[in-house]
Formats: sequence, structure tokens, C-alpha cells
Amino acid sequence: MRTHISQKKIRDDFVRKVEELSGQKLLVCYQCGKCSAGCPQVGQMDILPNQVIRLAQLGQKEDLVASKTIWVCASCLTCNVRCPKGVKIAEVMEAVRQVVLRKRKDRVRIEELTPEQRASVPPIALIASFRKSTS
Amino acid sequence: MNISYYPGCTLKNNAKNFEDSTLCALAKLGLEVKELDRWNCCGTVFSLATDDLMHHLAPIRNLVRSKEAGSDTVLTLCAMCYNTLKRANEKVKADPDSLEKINDFMDREKVKYAGDVRVLHLLEVLRDEVTFPAIAKKVQRRPRGLRVANYYGCLLVRPKGIGLDDMENPVVLEDLMSALGVESVEFPYKTECCGAYQTVDQPDTVAERTYHIITSARRQGADLVTVSCPLCAFNLDFRQTGAARLFQDFQAMPVVYFTQLLALSLGCPEEAQRFDLHQVDPRPVLKAKGYL
Repeated sequence: MRTHISQKKIRDDFVRKVEELSGQKLLVCYQCGKCSAGCPQVGQMDILPNQVIRLAQLGQKEDLVASKTIWVCASCLTCNVRCPKGVKIAEVMEAVRQVVLRKRKDRVRIEELTPEQRASVPPIALIASFRKSTS
Repeated sequence: MNISYYPGCTLKNNAKNFEDSTLCALAKLGLEVKELDRWNCCGTVFSLATDDLMHHLAPIRNLVRSKEAGSDTVLTLCAMCYNTLKRANEKVKADPDSLEKINDFMDREKVKYAGDVRVLHLLEVLRDEVTFPAIAKKVQRRPRGLRVANYYGCLLVRPKGIGLDDMENPVVLEDLMSALGVESVEFPYKTECCGAYQTVDQPDTVAERTYHIITSARRQGADLVTVSCPLCAFNLDFRQTGAARLFQDFQAMPVVYFTQLLALSLGCPEEAQRFDLHQVDPRPVLKAKGYL
């Protein structure tokens, strides 16, 4: 992956928005990688959790909003409780998801789920899915 | 202690086995709980965005219902309800501004919420109020050599300050199982995520998680897996079909709520178990171990 770094991107509105929505100071992360080491879903991700933080620090919005990772993260909070710097990685994932969802770009489209799909899972799964993946 | 019982959405249908077994067990233990009137959905997930007060409204409204019922304690069974109600409660207790805004928004409620309701999970009530030695004294039926892998999942133990036990190696279920005469195996996957709600749009991801979790339990010598969350229960039980399709060496294993074993031990009838709601039938194992 080729990444273009610029002052303009780092000072971009996106970095400020992610910090605001997540309540996290992104530069606190020193890239130890413990979050990625313990993440149970990491095998499904295209960008590792520590890379999500690094890309967010650098304002790499395009890579993040297009990533599979933000939708694979289910907020299990393993990374949060293990981070030696107290960074809440799951909150940063949520912030990036919110940046996408607040443009009305739903990840799960309720109207595209078949009645069989809807009936095959319990209400707890549907409500959580809609809360996490729709605007 | 006046305890209100908050069931949540799934306890009334897919997880009726969780509710029925719990209510029977609580009656056997002499613990009275009253279901909240007009309870509403808790939202299932605690909103992690800082500006999202709107989504904390639903859990707080349930705490208002508890105050209306003259109760200062809400009992939850579902791990997701527990986490969402407790986190919203702790948030408004620590942040009076957000509590005021939420109260202003709910101006038609007769009771203003003041952060004075406790949210407890059933396991906390059993451990701290009833106590496990007291439960052990009421056990009527003991299985012969039943070995279980206790699966906590995420939301019973995380984040710090909300979880009801150690985040990395919780033991409350193991302690309860000991009181019932059930042996627990070492289980490295006990707090690993099952994939949760991704079961809706990424069922195969969840099937893969299920494969690893159930296979670990089998390798540790468990006969079945115990759970305390209706979403974990669904994923670990019903996604075994996908696990068997994806992995040739997969072997099925029954998944039960810990309350089903508690109810069996305390002499509850089989009707309280609702075994019809399981995909992998736990009855053959339970019969073989002399539990049924």
C-alpha cells in the first residue's frame, strides 16, 4: 500500500472529527501493536487495528473509510483493555464508522435482507447490527 | 432488597430457555423478582461516539421504570442488556450535564432520574447476595462427571469498571459450577468475541469464530459450553451448521445457559429448560451424565 503523507492531510478536518467523536488523542499511540496481537477478528481485517490508529493520526481518510476492518470490528473491547497507553481503539473504529454512516451510507441495508434472513436471527442480533451498521 | 427484573427483547422469544430456567431457579432459591412494567429495548449496544446522547435515552428510561416500581436494583440476565444499562447508568452518574439533558428530553416522565438505581447481573446476585455455598446446600441433583467450558464472551467482563469479574481470567462461572458439582475445564477462548451481531451480514465470519471456540472447548475435554448471553448462545449453537460446512474436522457440541444447569441442580422440571429452542440438543449429554 502506497501512502502519501502531507501536512494538509494531517491538519485536515477528518483527524479532528475522529478525535472528537472517539474522545481519544490519537498521538498518544506509540504503535506497540498490542491491539493487533490480541484482536480475535484480525484474520478478517485488511488493515490491522494499530494501523488504523496510525492512518488516523496521518489523516488518511480514504484508506480508512474504504477499509473492511472498521466493519469487521465488533467492539469486543479486548484492544481497549490491553492498550498500555489507554487508547480506546474501539472508539476510534466507531468514529470512522460514524464518519461513513453520517453520510447516509449504510453498511447493512435493511431492505436488502430477505424475510428468511431476518427471521433466522434473534432480535438482539438485528438491533445490534442496525445500531452499528446503519445511520 | 427490592429487585426489578429487566428481561430485554430476546429473553421473550429465542432465549425463553434462559428466562424460564432462571425464574424457576430463583423461585427455588427463594429470591423474589418482579418484571418491570412497560420496559423497552435497551438498544443492545452502548454507543461509543461521544456526541450520541440520544442512544443513551432508552437504557435510562428503563431505570426510570425501576424507580417508578419503587425499586433501587435492576436485575439483568442478558450480557448485552447488562452492559448497556450499566454503562449508560455510569455515564450519567459521572456526567451530570448529560443526565440533565436526558431528563429534559424525557419531560413527560413523572420521575426524574437521579442516577440512583443499581444495575446487577444475575451472576453478581448469585455470587454476592445469595452466595455459592448457600446454593450448594440447595442442590438436589448432581451430574456424574460432567465437564463444561464456561464462555463469558465480551460484555460480561469488559470494559474495566463495568465487567463483573477479572477481564482476562474471570472465574465466577467456574465457582458457580463447582457449587453445583460440575467440573469446569481450562478454556483459553472464554473471553474471545464470537462475532456478535455480524451474524446478520457476515454469518461465515461468525461460523469461523464458532469453529475455533467450540473446537477449543472440545480439545480441553468439555462435554458442553455454558453461556450467559443470548447472542453468544445463538452464534455458538446455530452457527455450528456453518462451522461444519467450512471445517471438515468440526464436531458439534451443545451450548446451554448456565441457568439451565442451575435449574437442573435445584430440581426444576424439564419444562423450564425449553430444550426445543436449541439447535444442538443438550439432552443426550445431560442424560448420559445422569443430570436428566
